[in-house]
Amino acid sequence: MSGEQIEIQVIASIVAVACALPGVFLVLRRMAMMSDAISHAILLGIVLAFFLVGDISSPLLIIGAALSGVLTVSLVELVNKTGLVREDASIGLVFPLLFSIGVILISRYAYNIHIDIDAVLLGELAFAPFDRLFIYGRDLGPASIYVMGVILLLNLAFILVFYKELKVATFDTGLAAALGFTPGLIHYGLMGLVSVTAVGAFNAVGSILVVALMIAPPAAAYLLTDRLPRMIILSALIGVLSAVSGFWSAILLDANIAGSMASISGLIFLVVFLLAPERGLAAIARRRRRQKREFAGRVLVIHLLNHEGTPEESRESEVGHIEETLRWKEGFAKSVVGYSVKRGMVLTENGRLRLTEKGREFAGRSVVEEFIP
Amino acid sequence: MDVPGLFSDLFFDYTLRTIALGSAILGIVSGALGSYAVLRKQSLLGDAMSHAALPGIALAFLLTGSKMPLVLIVGAAAAGWVATLFIMSIVNTTRVKYDTALGMVLSVFFGLGLVLLTIIQKRPDATQAGLDKFLFGQAAALLERDVVTMGILGVSAILITMLLWKEFKLLSFDPDFASTLGFPVRILDIILTTLIVIAIVLGLQTVGVVLMSAMIVAPAASARQWTDNLGIMIILSAFFGALAGISGALLSASVPRLPTGPTIVVSVSVIVIVSMLLAPRRGILWRWWRERRQRGRLRLEGILEDLYSLALEHNDPGHAHSLSVLRLMSAGKGGVEKSLEILSERGLVRAVRPGEWALTTAGLEEAEKTMSERSGMSDER
Repeated sequence: MSGEQIEIQVIASIVAVACALPGVFLVLRRMAMMSDAISHAILLGIVLAFFLVGDISSPLLIIGAALSGVLTVSLVELVNKTGLVREDASIGLVFPLLFSIGVILISRYAYNIHIDIDAVLLGELAFAPFDRLFIYGRDLGPASIYVMGVILLLNLAFILVFYKELKVATFDTGLAAALGFTPGLIHYGLMGLVSVTAVGAFNAVGSILVVALMIAPPAAAYLLTDRLPRMIILSALIGVLSAVSGFWSAILLDANIAGSMASISGLIFLVVFLLAPERGLAAIARRRRRQKREFAGRVLVIHLLNHEGTPEESRESEVGHIEETLRWKEGFAKSVVGYSVKRGMVLTENGRLRLTEKGREFAGRSVVEEFIP
Repeated sequence: MDVPGLFSDLFFDYTLRTIALGSAILGIVSGALGSYAVLRKQSLLGDAMSHAALPGIALAFLLTGSKMPLVLIVGAAAAGWVATLFIMSIVNTTRVKYDTALGMVLSVFFGLGLVLLTIIQKRPDATQAGLDKFLFGQAAALLERDVVTMGILGVSAILITMLLWKEFKLLSFDPDFASTLGFPVRILDIILTTLIVIAIVLGLQTVGVVLMSAMIVAPAASARQWTDNLGIMIILSAFFGALAGISGALLSASVPRLPTGPTIVVSVSVIVIVSMLLAPRRGILWRWWRERRQRGRLRLEGILEDLYSLALEHNDPGHAHSLSVLRLMSAGKGGVEKSLEILSERGLVRAVRPGEWALTTAGLEEAEKTMSERSGMSDER
């Protein structure tokens, strides 16, 4: 591994963690699409700030862009408040316009400078190590490590300092307002943070993939845990995993690094979506199957209990007949019988089923539990 | 800009005619089908579908090596469909919310598309040129065969909407009712979503994947302001879409370094802003003006009423009352003097002495009428 490669991975990981932290709250507050709007709209802020300052590396650009992010949020809210369009439509109306103006300004008036359209979308992580920070002639490493590092610390500090407020405002806005936490302040603070993070990450991964890094890791973490601190830590870990493995798959495929980071983060979500211990598709299917069999077992013993000691008993306890009355498929009936035998609820005697003492007692209890409200 | 020249070119110049036709088709189809997306609260689904089309385009090219519009369109549509399917299954089976699923699928698919695009760009054969125009669109690169493909697809999409008019209307406004009536809601949903995917894919070459979603949302959101009738809304929306498409595409084709997609989005946004401000009944300016007028009327009525109740106290309708009393009775709302002047111009009040006012006979009648109207209204409730 060359020094450059290590540096790229460090930058990518810092970007991923910095994005995942505010992303957790976006996902929980159902504002994920706001990150899409912000990350597009900050382009206009960057361009306008560049026209004002005339220097592409000025820190004022970050401030301008962050302001435009917050402006986007308030514009969306303004359009919303008119009541003329629904909320999702107002997001869809505001950010394409701001982004378009940004793109037009770049291609009309700034086509010969550093911000070209491809970089806006793709980011240029591969070039990040070339832009180095020198202090008194000493090479202190890539500049973006410091920029993103500061943003990461800012995010961390905001979350640590306002943890309680964020938590209450996220899960119970009404309570937060009642306690005097001014949910509006927390909301705009968070939006400002998202904007600053998006600006910082913009250079590295481009405007659209910022969204992937903000949303996919928290979404995966959301399926893995119910606790907020764990969700934050898991999101950060998944972010780092996406960054590092995204980098290596990009090397392997000779492809765009940011794109493969986004793809890997999506892949991780997909794996979690399928295999998560409690909320994954596989776990849900397993649980459903188990519940179905359990319920069928109850129905079976109740059926047997119902006909016990009646003239039809011998006919009603035939396995073939049970399939027909309870409308079970052949294989399913067999598995239910096997399950009930294993649990000691029924016995099989030459093709007929008989309740055990335990089964009789269980059936009686089930009737009460299941059918008497 | 030479406007008459531009118009004659519109009909006789091959390039301009192709561009204008292509953008018009795009605008009409996305405007018409976007109406359903907006009404069904799926405005942002278009965003996800269009971003997701990128890997579809790249994959279609990688697999077939062809840049035929139909091949790329099929790839894009398939990817858009897969993305929608992912979003729906994530939302339906887990606690992950709609917006999260949308944002994630959108950005992850786009990332995947970029990976494929960079892989294509590094292939030794130089056939990949032009795939990146799908990012922001390039109207100037439209060929006649592209427009023919767009036309066939667009006309079929619109024909299907017309055939399934009643069904789609029901699906958009009351899907539960539709399903109790026995309509196959799931299948209809699939057909409508497919049509929206087609509308999006048609625009990718002109507007690009990044901004195509605006063409789904904006014309429909504008049209919604002018009417409450679905049919009129769809026709208006198609018209707005075509207007924005043609004007944006022509501007970008005639001004150097003006990317097509963003230009079209700016022109459609102008239509949105105008509609939201000016549309009768719903528009912001319209509402503001109506509120102002009502406030004025209420103020005049209030003063008439005050004078009337004072007159009742004195058993003499002609009894004059001083301005300060009326000011006090209007509870500091202000503008009392101006309202009195307006009322006296209408002959409803008169100044007995400077600063002292009384009802005229006409004013007395008018006051009695408004009072009885008001009490009649409250009786009805």
